[in-house]
Amino acid sequence: MADEGTPRSAQLAVAGARSATRDALTASSHQDRVTGAVFFALLLLGLGTALLGLVTILIWSFVEGAPRLDAELITNGPSTLSPETAGFRTAILGSIYVILGVIVLIVPLGVGAAIYLEEYADPERWWNRVIELNIQNLAGVPSIVYGILGLAFIVRGPLDLGFVVAAASLTVALLVLPTVIIASREAIRAVPRSIREGALALGATEWQTTSRQVLPIAVPGILTGVILAVARAIGEAAPLLLVGAVTFATFNPSLFEGGYSTLPVLIYNYASRPQEEFRVLAAAGVIVMLVLLLAMNSFAVWLRNRYEQNW
Amino acid sequence: MQTPQIDSARIAETSHGLERSEIERREKVFTVSDLAVHYGGMPAIEEVTLDVHRNTVTAFIGPSGCGKSTFIRCFNRMNDLIPAAKVSGTVLYHGADLYGRDVDPVEVRRRIGMVFQKPNPFPKSIYDNVAFGPRVLSMKGSLDERVEGALRHAALWEEVKDRLKDSALGLSGGQQQRLCIARCLAVEPDVILMDEPASALDPISTTRIEDLMHGLKREYTIVIVTHNMQQAARVADMTAFFSVVVAEDGSARRGVLVEYDTTAKIFTTPSDKRTEDYVTGRFG
Amino acid sequence: MVASDYAASGERAGVSPRPRLEATSPRYGEKAIKAFLFSCAALSVAITTAIVISLLLPTASFFEQVSPVEFLTGTEWAPAFADASFGVLPIVVGTLTVVFWALIVAIPVGLASGIYLAEYAPRHVRKVIKPALEVLAGIPTVAIGLFALVFLRPLVEDVLPFLEWRGPFSVGVAGIAVGLMIVPLISSISDDAMRSVPGGLREGAYALGATKFEVSTRVVFPAAISGIVAAIVLAASRAIGETMVVLLAAGASPNLTFDPTASILTMTAFIGQTATGDIATGTIQYDTIFAVGALLFVMTLTMNLFAIRLVRRFREIYE
Repeated sequence: MADEGTPRSAQLAVAGARSATRDALTASSHQDRVTGAVFFALLLLGLGTALLGLVTILIWSFVEGAPRLDAELITNGPSTLSPETAGFRTAILGSIYVILGVIVLIVPLGVGAAIYLEEYADPERWWNRVIELNIQNLAGVPSIVYGILGLAFIVRGPLDLGFVVAAASLTVALLVLPTVIIASREAIRAVPRSIREGALALGATEWQTTSRQVLPIAVPGILTGVILAVARAIGEAAPLLLVGAVTFATFNPSLFEGGYSTLPVLIYNYASRPQEEFRVLAAAGVIVMLVLLLAMNSFAVWLRNRYEQNW
Repeated sequence: MQTPQIDSARIAETSHGLERSEIERREKVFTVSDLAVHYGGMPAIEEVTLDVHRNTVTAFIGPSGCGKSTFIRCFNRMNDLIPAAKVSGTVLYHGADLYGRDVDPVEVRRRIGMVFQKPNPFPKSIYDNVAFGPRVLSMKGSLDERVEGALRHAALWEEVKDRLKDSALGLSGGQQQRLCIARCLAVEPDVILMDEPASALDPISTTRIEDLMHGLKREYTIVIVTHNMQQAARVADMTAFFSVVVAEDGSARRGVLVEYDTTAKIFTTPSDKRTEDYVTGRFG
Repeated sequence: MVASDYAASGERAGVSPRPRLEATSPRYGEKAIKAFLFSCAALSVAITTAIVISLLLPTASFFEQVSPVEFLTGTEWAPAFADASFGVLPIVVGTLTVVFWALIVAIPVGLASGIYLAEYAPRHVRKVIKPALEVLAGIPTVAIGLFALVFLRPLVEDVLPFLEWRGPFSVGVAGIAVGLMIVPLISSISDDAMRSVPGGLREGAYALGATKFEVSTRVVFPAAISGIVAAIVLAASRAIGETMVVLLAAGASPNLTFDPTASILTMTAFIGQTATGDIATGTIQYDTIFAVGALLFVMTLTMNLFAIRLVRRFREIYE
């Protein structure tokens, strides 16, 4: 805006004032910017470490186990003598049996508990608060303690089932039950109150409202929770060590009789042997598990995205 | 600067309300005596006494926070859903105590239906929305006929008759609210409660709903909560004005019934100054 | 009014009959369903009780033969030997050492990830990173144990050759692997905690001229601190309870040492390896499983209750 009539000193003063104001307004001094950049770099470093760790584990498993990725992995049973041909067949079957049992248990019990806590329970009552506290605690109990529970109550003790698949299913079901309950509660809670009120105002009973309006809307979320719980159950080894997942079952399992093994337990067994071939075999087993888990988790994510409704 | 005065007398001229003598001739559907609702010990609304008569439209008006929504929900036991809410006093429905010991809220809600402020259609088809009530109540007879009848009654049939299987969520706001009314009518209630039924709708939909109310009151008894005074004047026969009372130390606010009379009287010659201040726009 | 009201009492002219508002049927179905649903929920209480009982009885029997003082303060752990000693400190220290190394890795990495996710990540980046961390959380612990044993251990020895490496087991390496495993716990809970801090607090600080760094570290982080501490406590509790990684990578000998290259035994590994061995029920060796299990349970329970209290208090402030 300086024109010819304005004296030079005034022009200098205006330019100086302008730049001082601009600096004050943009407010970031050089030092601030450096601090900000360093901090951001540290954050990325931390995040990068986590992601690097993840990628390393995945890639290493595939590289280490690749030599043994063959059909015999799944068709052959375990063997201590010939690691080159040993497989996971009996353990895979054992895992399938155990997981089926887990699903049969956690769906009614977990969803039932979630329905009760969200639809029927008065949160002011002390017994309902005790129940909620219990579920939160159980979610944090170490998995091996569930194994102790299984050993004392299910394998021996009152239920006295012995070291069988059913005992393993029950133990693992109790372990992942809090996961199902928590996920189902969230799915049920996400259903807007207005739907419930609308149904009740028409003269529907509580169960009619829950079963015909609330649950159908909550099913995708509940299903996602069940899948996540099952994914967790597949990978569990510690509690099964205590309820008799015999690490070397060379026979196919049955539900209530005889021994059994599961995939993670057999991997553990192979992994704790010193020979290199067994390590490779163990890593190959890890690949099988990871592929299975990846499939399940992708399905759960797809489910969640497909059916997510924005109220 | 002058606050614009609302010409309540002119509002009253456009009202279609019944005369007092005609209203009182009709039997009492609700008799409320000294009703109060407390949330966790704090009063939300107190000292309410009034009668609602058959085949009339009764409006509850008042500033926000005066407890009118809380009050209307006493009529169909919807306050039961809030564990901390306690209702005291009496509400008689055709002479029967609504809060009697053996009374089943489900039976109450079969007879006394409710339409909510924000339309809440179920995420199902239009047909299934209207059919839900008759299905859960195991009502006999042709379901198709019931659905068509309810949709006609709610002035929605012509617009949806070719797309009954479509999702209800695809309807406009005004249509959704009429669907909710049809849903309510399908269970053949005695009374219809409406909690600010048009406040979430555009003016044209609002007019349609108000016209609907005029038709519906021939067969049903209607109680409506509204924050829109002109609406009350247009549709209501009797109007109850509620206001807020603040405790002396300013801590607690509770609602009370200030005045209850024919719409014409409330808007032209109210007895209480608070009523007059509200309907002329001086406050609230 | 419904038809049944009229039928029941006959009509009086002009006045509807008094309606019958009692339930028309006793609704046993509803009651039965409610009872079933309640028992599903109450099962959680039954499970906790069963855990406590299953731990308590053998532990009581254990303490009849071994004094609690000797148990809790003794430094020799050799329960299977003929001349057995039951001092639990070596395996407790073993567990705590694993947790120590785990937290050294997990706290900076987890918090950095959490702060980045909550304060810096653009939406599309967040959509990728958050599931990626979930994948890390979902990797089975046997896989992580194998990884620690076969890959990490040689790698750490290559990077730090000046330490005294003997044998394939190392509590430090196992700790690092456990730390990586619990990073998602810390990052996701602290991310949730920081995102719950109301936007108004941030905006107020920005309006006063604060930089993003200052807002993140001096406003949001302190406001979310109880949620963040809860995240760390829960992660530590998880590390205490971890079994497979330490069974594969930390060792099987109850050495009382702080040397990160040493092979040690954790409480969980002791339980795991003893239960897979041959022990007769009713012997004191069998009871040691439960005594150690009880100690483990008490430790994790205390930490979890503390974390739950913290989260509750945090929610009360902000929700």
